[in-house]
Amino acid sequence: MAAILDAHGLNKSFGAVTAASDINAAIEKDSVVGLIGTNGAGKTTFINMITGYLKPDRGRIHYEGRDITDLTPREITRIGICRSFQIPQLYSSLTARENMIIGLGVVMRNAGVGGFFSRGTPNVPGHDRPADEVADAILERFGLSEYRDRNAQVLPGGVRKLLDIALTMAAKPRVLLLDEPTSGVSAEEKFAIMEMIMRAVRAEGATVLFVEHDMEVVSRFAERVLAFYDGRIIADAPPEVALSDREVRRFVVGGELHRIDEKRGGANA
Amino acid sequence: MRPDRTPLVLLAIVAVLLAAGPFTPQWAVFLVTIAFAKGLVVLGLMILLRCGLVSFGQALYYCIGAYTAGMLGRLFDVSGVFTLMLAGMVASAVAGYVLGFLLARYRGIFFGLLSLAISMILYGVLVKSETLGSTDGFNVLPSTLFGVRPADEWVRYMVLVVASLVAFVAALLVHRYLETPLGRLAPAIKDNEIRVEYMGASARYAIHVKYVIAAALAGLGGALAATTVGHIDPEMAYWTTSGEFIFITILAGTGSVIAPFLGAVIFGVIQTEAFSISPNTWQMVLGSALLLVIVFLPSGLWSLFRRRRAT
Repeated sequence: MAAILDAHGLNKSFGAVTAASDINAAIEKDSVVGLIGTNGAGKTTFINMITGYLKPDRGRIHYEGRDITDLTPREITRIGICRSFQIPQLYSSLTARENMIIGLGVVMRNAGVGGFFSRGTPNVPGHDRPADEVADAILERFGLSEYRDRNAQVLPGGVRKLLDIALTMAAKPRVLLLDEPTSGVSAEEKFAIMEMIMRAVRAEGATVLFVEHDMEVVSRFAERVLAFYDGRIIADAPPEVALSDREVRRFVVGGELHRIDEKRGGANA
Repeated sequence: MRPDRTPLVLLAIVAVLLAAGPFTPQWAVFLVTIAFAKGLVVLGLMILLRCGLVSFGQALYYCIGAYTAGMLGRLFDVSGVFTLMLAGMVASAVAGYVLGFLLARYRGIFFGLLSLAISMILYGVLVKSETLGSTDGFNVLPSTLFGVRPADEWVRYMVLVVASLVAFVAALLVHRYLETPLGRLAPAIKDNEIRVEYMGASARYAIHVKYVIAAALAGLGGALAATTVGHIDPEMAYWTTSGEFIFITILAGTGSVIAPFLGAVIFGVIQTEAFSISPNTWQMVLGSALLLVIVFLPSGLWSLFRRRRAT
């Protein structure tokens, strides 16, 4: 299958800390890739480089054959690569629905639809329905209908997380990067939440990369795993192979099991 | 969804004003006209405040608008009231466009103080300009409507009619703008600029556009004030003038495009009353009024209307 996203020789350092060291990864279209690794292993740096928030010191990133290394986050979003955040980034003084409508408004604006001189209620490009209908439909798909008219500020943590991901759907992403979609969600709910996210996201036909610390979730949902350690990719394989890899077990999974135990015990949100 | 009643309410207000104008004492007509001039400036500040930006220097554009109108009369004998207002608006919009490249990069206190600094530069320049009357300023030509100068007792009413119509159109256009995708971005920019960028929109561009709109409205207000008062001076760019606009913005609230005009009229009434009651301490009365509003109506006077509608 053709690679939709191709990272080649990415390097990034922050002073003495190497956050990425010769990262190579070609992501196939329509695949679901899990990114694993301990905190500080370079997963989020990888996402930040792809979405343009950080510029790699060396190396290039190609999206559908186009070099996107020097584009801004805004430009990268516009061409179809969207991300969610580990800590939800919402418009907290607005309701869930208004959050969605703003996202859809940006899509309309970028397509030159629904501006000052337009008449009536134009359809959102790609969704082919007016913005408020699309907003309701996306919220429903993420099980957020009941929170529709509540301010994002007062929503429970898990709901904020889902809304954060729902917001990315406004732009109909071709590639979606989910940064710890289930963090802050109780262990019992993780599967249900992830199930819902994947169903909603895959219905749109997006290629998905997700950062996850729960190896059960990874093995269930990922088709391929990239294991990060110390800024390097130490394994790139289907989950059953990657998770039984000796290095991965030593540097990632072992540590993670420990971390999950910690998390269950503490109030680590 | 609640039907949008703002245009109807605006239309009703204008109709009442135009009908009542001929029977209203001249001082009250003057008060409302000046309030509309200030309301236009505040309408612009409201747009900026919705994205969390407070311009402490909006008097800059008010003054540019006023001086553009004044200079046109002085140099070219232009006295058509619509021409003067259009010119004031365009001059301020151009200035806002240029300065916007700088200011749209700043947020919070930096944005506020930078805009204040620029307005004080204009003040300084005007004070030093002998040809423009220095601190005394100069008189503006009596204005005409489509080449006709109305009889003296009708001049105030004519300006009120013009002010009402201009304010009506400006409020309607801003109301529509706030509902466009770009206009709606304002609270989003205030809440979370990072997300705005990651949704594929440029916060800086959106702010630049809003800044130009605010400048244009302030220029329009300045030109209107110049034709209403018949005199302009550098005080129009002074920081206390900017402060007054912010005062009204906070008094009024950002809930509706009607609020700035309502706020400006109430401000005018309080100011006039306070001045006649205690000529030496009228600022104290105004200050107390603002304090009360901030404590009891943190979203401004407009929240009185909203609350009633919600219940």
